[in-house]
Amino acid sequence: MTAVPALSVPALSVEDLSVEFRTRSGVVKVLEHVCFSVDKGETVALVGESGSGKSVTAFAVMGILDAAGKVTSGRAMFGGADLLALSEHDLAEQRGRELSMIFQNPRTALNPIRRVGRQIADVLVRHGGATRNDAPRAAIEMLKKVRIPDPERRAEAYPFELSGGMCQRIMIAIALACRPALLIADEPTTGLDVTTQAVIMDLIGELAGEAGMATIFITHDLALAAEYCDRIVVMHAGHIVEAAPGRDLFAYARHPYSAKLLAATPGETVSLEQMASIPGGLPDLRRADLPACRYSGRCERRLDQCAQPLPQRTVGERHVIACWNPL
Amino acid sequence: MLNLLLSRLATAIPSIVGVVIVTFILTRMLPGDPAAYFAGLAASPQAIAEIRTKLGLDKPLPEQFVAYIGDLLHGNLGNSLSTGQPVVTEIATRLPASAELTLFALILAVAIAIPLGVLAAVKQGTWIDHTCRIVTTAGVSLPVFFTGLLFAYVFYYLLQWAPAPTGRLDVFLSAPTHITGFYLIDSALTGNLEAFWGALSQLALPAISMAIFSLAPLARMTRGSMLAVLGSDFIRTARASGLSPRTVVFTYAFRNAVLPVITTLGMVFSFLLGANVLIETVFAWPGIGLYAVNALITSDYAPVQGFVLTMAVLYVVLNLTIDFLYGLVDPRVRLDS
Repeated sequence: MTAVPALSVPALSVEDLSVEFRTRSGVVKVLEHVCFSVDKGETVALVGESGSGKSVTAFAVMGILDAAGKVTSGRAMFGGADLLALSEHDLAEQRGRELSMIFQNPRTALNPIRRVGRQIADVLVRHGGATRNDAPRAAIEMLKKVRIPDPERRAEAYPFELSGGMCQRIMIAIALACRPALLIADEPTTGLDVTTQAVIMDLIGELAGEAGMATIFITHDLALAAEYCDRIVVMHAGHIVEAAPGRDLFAYARHPYSAKLLAATPGETVSLEQMASIPGGLPDLRRADLPACRYSGRCERRLDQCAQPLPQRTVGERHVIACWNPL
Repeated sequence: MLNLLLSRLATAIPSIVGVVIVTFILTRMLPGDPAAYFAGLAASPQAIAEIRTKLGLDKPLPEQFVAYIGDLLHGNLGNSLSTGQPVVTEIATRLPASAELTLFALILAVAIAIPLGVLAAVKQGTWIDHTCRIVTTAGVSLPVFFTGLLFAYVFYYLLQWAPAPTGRLDVFLSAPTHITGFYLIDSALTGNLEAFWGALSQLALPAISMAIFSLAPLARMTRGSMLAVLGSDFIRTARASGLSPRTVVFTYAFRNAVLPVITTLGMVFSFLLGANVLIETVFAWPGIGLYAVNALITSDYAPVQGFVLTMAVLYVVLNLTIDFLYGLVDPRVRLDS
């Protein structure tokens, strides 16, 4: 964002990213002027409700958007190159080696009829992490690293023979096999039970810390984000509304939406009765006359000024909001 | 895997028993009197009755059925009334002709349909996709006897490119030494080039007519299945891992997409066994389809029963093969057994 301290080096810096989806019912402006960065060794959470554009941001950076999706503006600087400008061939070289991704639903995210060991080996062989002969052994090493018990036997298993948590470990092994500089984890613990969630999050955190890897963690769970991430970026309807260090956001959220989102997060002090839902829903992103602030339709603090293009206000160290009337 | 096959084999036995019973009853219910037909037009009622007694047709149906089962257990399918030959030998000599035609057509169809379907899915919306759509629509809407007749008319009568549609081999050529009964294989094995080309040129038109007919469902299923798989989560994972497009399309997508194609293949094969009857009639192909049609016209029970039974056994073998292929591709099926 605007004020980057001299010490931190961004691993990924997304600037002014806009994405549109062409559908039968019109053009959907899914992302608009999205800016954020992730430093080396830093973990940043992308938080927002469903449909806020968290995953699309990740897919756009990875270059794996659906055919209907189109990047209309922006850059994603990574290792000195703009990922959005790379050819499909060059990008495929980077994917899996320099930047990796973990998906939600680990069961469906793995090839159902290929042994998991071979799926890890495929990535290793593709990116020169191992020769064809060494790959099976290297795959077993990776399984050990993600702490799968009895890795020699598990390497021969098919995804349907493993639990969801095990499958997610396999996903992590695939993603980290080539020691990437950036890991994007898209709701990696959704669909797993709570104890497995913590184990998986700890595992990702630990392996990322070891390798000094930058991590983007996509979630709708603010509590989880606060626990595991250095900074939190709050998204709403394809806009970034607030970005702040996790502690600052929890202590003093400045954007009305972030504040509402925090109020809707169960915590130690908040009882279920006190939890508030956020009134209204996401605006229809197909509309031609979308307001400058896409939250204004749901906002209690709306001013006449809110119809003007959104400001980017720095309100603290690495704390930026896009709002005319912050808290 | 072996257990799977054995259990499927066990379930096939009741269907074969059912087929035996149903064909027996159906053939008895057919209009026409085989004794009258056999005796000829000028025969007296006494002569017809005599023949009927000789053939055992005067006995009650249950008794006829028991006799039929008895023969069946001895591997005896009875004799054909019109040729006087045992049905077993006739089917055995004619089956390779039908099998060669059907298999050749199927291989041809698969060789075209699967690459076409895969390409259409990978390059969705391009000219390849449109070609695929046109071919499948044409294949579905043209009945096989019509394409057969059209081909014979155009390529034999008008253009003179193909030989006369009169069977497996030109009358001036002698059949290759019998090894498998498949002329193409036998002539290739014995190095009989003349017979090989002769057989191939005779085979081309009927096989292509049948291939066009079976191509459509295969190509459509391949395309649909590939599209579904290409949109699935694990393909996204494979792409996000930077795997090469070739690995993504063939190793990851195609192997998963091939499962419903195998099912369709089984269905198409059974369509082809049916289409055989028509195409053999059009091209005077000396296979079992033509044999069954002739027998049916003359109320010749034994060959009809033999034909239906052979077909039933072929279906069972076919379904076993499909199950086997399925288990080979999909580890989840292996576990079910």
